[in-house]
Amino acid sequence: MRSTMIDFEKTELRLGLPGAGGGGNEGETSRNSSGKRGFSETVDLKLNLNSNSSDGNQVEDMKQKNIIPASADSAKPPTKAQVVGWPPVRSFRKNILAVQKDTTTTDVNKSGGSHMAFVKVSVDGAPYLRKVDLKIYKSYQQLYDALSKMFSSFTIGNCGSQGLKDFMNESKLIDLLNGSDCVPTYEDKDGDWMLVGDVPWEMFVDSCKRIRIMKGSEAIGLGITL
Amino acid sequence: MVYSFPEEVLEYVFAFLSSDKDRNAVSLVCKSWYEIERWCRRRVFIGNCYAVSPQIMIRRFPEVRAVKIKGKPHFADFNLVPERWGAYVYPWISAMARSYPWLEEIKLKRMVVTDESLELISKSFKNFKVLSLSSCEGFTTDGLSSIAANCRNLRELDLRESEVEDLSGHWLSHFPDNFTSLVSLNMSCLGSEVSFSALERLISRCPNLKTLWLNRAVPVEKLASLLRRAPQLVEFGTGACSTEIRTDIFSNLVEAFSGCKHLKSLSGFWDVVPAYLPAMYSVCSRITKLNLSYATVQSPDLVELISQCSNLKCLWVLDYIEDAGLKALSSYCKDLQELRVFPSDPYSAEPNVSLTEQGLVTVSAGCPKLQSVLYFCRQMSNAALIAIARNRPNLIRFRLCIIEPQAPDYLTLEPLDTGFGAIVEHCKELRRLSLSGLLTDRVFEYIGTHAKKLEMLSLAFAGDSDLGLHHVLSGCESLRKLEIRDCPFGDRALLANAAKLETMRSLWMSSCSVSYGACKLLGQKMPNLNVEVIDERGPPDSRPESISVEKLYVYRTVAGPRADKPDFVWTMDEDGALRFS
Repeated sequence: MRSTMIDFEKTELRLGLPGAGGGGNEGETSRNSSGKRGFSETVDLKLNLNSNSSDGNQVEDMKQKNIIPASADSAKPPTKAQVVGWPPVRSFRKNILAVQKDTTTTDVNKSGGSHMAFVKVSVDGAPYLRKVDLKIYKSYQQLYDALSKMFSSFTIGNCGSQGLKDFMNESKLIDLLNGSDCVPTYEDKDGDWMLVGDVPWEMFVDSCKRIRIMKGSEAIGLGITL
Repeated sequence: MVYSFPEEVLEYVFAFLSSDKDRNAVSLVCKSWYEIERWCRRRVFIGNCYAVSPQIMIRRFPEVRAVKIKGKPHFADFNLVPERWGAYVYPWISAMARSYPWLEEIKLKRMVVTDESLELISKSFKNFKVLSLSSCEGFTTDGLSSIAANCRNLRELDLRESEVEDLSGHWLSHFPDNFTSLVSLNMSCLGSEVSFSALERLISRCPNLKTLWLNRAVPVEKLASLLRRAPQLVEFGTGACSTEIRTDIFSNLVEAFSGCKHLKSLSGFWDVVPAYLPAMYSVCSRITKLNLSYATVQSPDLVELISQCSNLKCLWVLDYIEDAGLKALSSYCKDLQELRVFPSDPYSAEPNVSLTEQGLVTVSAGCPKLQSVLYFCRQMSNAALIAIARNRPNLIRFRLCIIEPQAPDYLTLEPLDTGFGAIVEHCKELRRLSLSGLLTDRVFEYIGTHAKKLEMLSLAFAGDSDLGLHHVLSGCESLRKLEIRDCPFGDRALLANAAKLETMRSLWMSSCSVSYGACKLLGQKMPNLNVEVIDERGPPDSRPESISVEKLYVYRTVAGPRADKPDFVWTMDEDGALRFS
């Protein structure tokens, strides 16, 4: 490198933590093999109120917003999710991606491109079955809401949205099974009938072949232990 | 002795000058040319709304018909500029409402636009034709209602990438029944459903409609009906295409698209079910611009579509396209000029798709006209960059984002200095460059030496010392905009190159090492610059002068310090004192 006319001292990277003095060497900076100093943690404790969160994606948005405690002693560089404005992706693109992240499976063996997962849904006592695309829902809650709307005209006993929601609540399990309330079950890839709600949502979507909402009294045979 | 042409002749000649540079040159020839030119300038471009005041603009150019104004710095797109920083358009609108009754066109970028402003626009300019709000915010659909209801001669309404508070879709219904002048409508950023029958009727009665970008809420089964009413469309953006595919919807769509003989640009495709894409095959051979950056479709389906677009000039796509898809692109689309590859999952630590530096290298080799690149990826090597530079010396814009900050050459673990050095050395016409990855001061030496046409440079997590910044400021003769975040650049390079800043539009530095003392000094030395310290920790003089400021925004101006600053912005004044509103 040719000599310069102006002799520059190497400047230290300074951290500016909100509310604290920012001078001097803030925390340790990691030195990687080429001797470069690590980059500063950019901490922004303010919520970005402008970014539009898509429905049901509060968790994703929280990760993407820069809400981290300022740990000045952290030696490792912050992960991507913690740095404001990095990578430089516009918010309207982030939201789209957040939605997509939830609807595509996280299964490692992703299939070539199916974005639909239609399964038959039967409710005991209903005159006909329905089909739902599991991929358009992001949680059990959303599925229950949709199913109860679908079958609201001929639910047996307490198979409405509240009934299905109550099912998720263990303390009400006994009441549900004793009464004429209903239990959502599904047939998985192996052909077994399982209780809906045990596995993470994505795993359920991947393995569910059909859904049957049974009468509580019949569900006892599933061997649900209390 | 100069005997001049009559004014009318000169005016007639000047009317052929459309470029601002030419007009500015003309107005410097002599006083009378200055006078004649200023009365006949019809279009004004204001690159920084705080560089000049509306009054100054109006005083100099009294007969303007079209203005384009830009507000916040580019890094505002990534949430680096705090809320309430500024860029309010209202003072401009209110001044122009008084002085430009014949104004026809307002184009704004990154400005805060209120419903009040929109209403004032709709009521003040009788011949208003074009409203373009790009990446703007601050308004609701009520403001759009005013525009729709009152602008009888409106031709263009473009809301691209703006943040609109969407109260309802009802605004569209405010276009009167006898309104027929619409040529271009871009409502893609809106969330609410508009009345579909109102939309249909609007489209049916506007025979000159050439551009229609729908919003996500318009479902795919309604598209055919719209397209049938507007077969003359040149640019079309779909809504969401996620409904379960049905034979009747699909065949309607095929038929409708086949009737559109003039379509050149397609966009939209939110959540598109791949089975819909073949409906567009009939128009593919004419398509020159394709925006698939909302389409979470896998590579094979993308390739199927792209392979039919032999005239494609511009492709925006997600990284689902993968290296394999880019290889196909490079063999089918020989006319490609612009490629943008966006990350589908920017925040995960692991790659979710098989897209690497190789895809870009392949495209650079196979597409001889490629000049504009925006590429997000997770690994890069000097070898790849050198190959790209050698393949494509005609590059004009090169923006590379390696997702992990300070990622080295993944093969050699060295910095990417030589790779980017090759880019600036070979691509002599390069105007815009964004760097990423592990970079030392050396890359800036290369840039200062070679990048003589470079106008805009974006840096993040790069460099070792002030020397890096010095190379850029002293070497890049054409530099207009420099934006820097998280780099160890400080006082010396900035102060040593203070004069350079007056030749540029603006400089942004955040999370760097510029001390408050240096900012004050810069403000003192350079009266034609606004040196804005943006610091949310409170007044900078409550801390020692050696403390670095959070953010610094320096821009040249003839309007003096601005009066609308929020409480976290301070302008460094000529006499060294702080001034804040």
